[in-house]
Amino acid sequence: MTTLPTQTQKKLGLVIDLDTCVGCHACVVSCKGWNTENYGAPLSDKDAYGAEPMGTFLNRVHAFEVKPEVGPAQTVHFPKSCLHCEDAPCVTVCPTGASYKRVEDGIVLVNESDCIGCGLCAWSCPYGARELDQVEGVMKKCTLCVDRIYNENLPEIDREPSCVRTCPANARHFGDFADPDSNVSRLTAERGGMDLMAEMGTKPVNKYLPPRPKDEMGEIDILAPLLAPVAADPKGFLGWLDKALEKL
Amino acid sequence: MHPAPSVIVFTVFSGLGFGLLAFLGLGIPNVGPWASFAFFFIAFACAVGGLLASTFHLGHPERAIKAFSQWRSSWLSREGCLAVAALLVMGLYAFLVIFFDTRIGLLGYIGAALSIATIYATSMIYAQLKTVPRWNTALTPVYFLVLSIGGGALLAGQVHLAGLMLALAGAVQVITWMKGDTRFEERGHTLETATGLGFMGKVRLFEGPHTSANYLMKEMVHVVGRKHSQKLRVIALVFMSLVPSIILLALPAGHFLALVAVVSHIAGTIASRWLFFAEAEHAVGLYYDKR
Repeated sequence: MTTLPTQTQKKLGLVIDLDTCVGCHACVVSCKGWNTENYGAPLSDKDAYGAEPMGTFLNRVHAFEVKPEVGPAQTVHFPKSCLHCEDAPCVTVCPTGASYKRVEDGIVLVNESDCIGCGLCAWSCPYGARELDQVEGVMKKCTLCVDRIYNENLPEIDREPSCVRTCPANARHFGDFADPDSNVSRLTAERGGMDLMAEMGTKPVNKYLPPRPKDEMGEIDILAPLLAPVAADPKGFLGWLDKALEKL
Repeated sequence: MHPAPSVIVFTVFSGLGFGLLAFLGLGIPNVGPWASFAFFFIAFACAVGGLLASTFHLGHPERAIKAFSQWRSSWLSREGCLAVAALLVMGLYAFLVIFFDTRIGLLGYIGAALSIATIYATSMIYAQLKTVPRWNTALTPVYFLVLSIGGGALLAGQVHLAGLMLALAGAVQVITWMKGDTRFEERGHTLETATGLGFMGKVRLFEGPHTSANYLMKEMVHVVGRKHSQKLRVIALVFMSLVPSIILLALPAGHFLALVAVVSHIAGTIASRWLFFAEAEHAVGLYYDKR
């Protein structure tokens, strides 16, 4: 409980494709919905219809602008939730053992009946993946929908995290990183999946696929030279108009 | 980081209390039972009061007992265990001194060591956090220990030692600020590393994930109070270190001046501790374009 397992049998986690994410926030909504109605304390909202609404979310979508040295800037939608780190600082700082990483699948969870709500685990997380619920006073975080992925009462197609199931752009993938042939391992290898804030040494399990390079606008078409450009030297009515306006 | 009053009161007063307990454990000052009672009362009031204040920011203080279980890995748990051990040992020591006028030297030494270890554990709660580069340095335990020993010496009436220790605390404080101001940049945490998108170009927050604040921003992205940080630094340094040092080292000893030194030191330390939290920048702020 108190310390991190040296190795986990599986390394369940997510691949998030920054190339295909359209920033629709559907994952945010479905996560909030599922996790409010199921595992643990509901995700509360305070002043939900007031001037300063504030609520607990396990997944949030930022939008960043990336400006290269040359060329136009690009928008990158950026979903962020718990990365289920191999070297999770949030587990070892916990004074009560409420925060733990499972040996069988590597999921980082909070035992809410042991949580004293000190907030130190949230302080230790570089990614902002943990939020203290303001009504329940316990720490909430992504459970990788532990109550879905093993749930035999659900149709097999639904036995994946709610955010993955709901993503209309197929930008989220769930699988076992310990298996080199799994969908997530292959995606990571093929697309250069990366760690967030690798210098923190947390060894995140979740990987982010960088946006693919944009197409270059080089030679448009081999037929382009054959297409006459729009008249540079207008004749007829347009020619008269051009000259008349010129004289004014 | 959000400078919560409960945490400031906790660290300032438990630091002072355990600092004084360390001196009392070493048999300093060596006075009769009644005078000892007064010293022990002040020490326990500060230490226990500080610890109680720390429970105010908990979501579930009624489960605090569980926090004694994870001392193998957690500095917060170690701090709790050491604090209780120090209070129990020093409680027994104080009981024997006050009611039986008996000093068991070894018991006192153990209590003193536990008191110092408690202060160290408190400092490590902050110093261990890689996410807060300003805290994540050996200077953090030095800052806490020097202040606690200096404050403890002040309360124990050790005029010269306190004067020197508080002057040293001022020097440590200045070094902590100077080193701390550049520490975040030195660690190389940027929005580019946070998003992994640095290879594409310069990254900027285009649109936040939500329109109003959330827990993370309230707790870890406290930028409001930094406006007057330079003025507060001067205030902290003058009252925490300079005024008490001058009183203790340069002026004639007396109860009234000692009281002035104590009040000034506590006020200055509260300002210093407020800055300790308010100026600390958490890496998560990068994702919110704030630090």
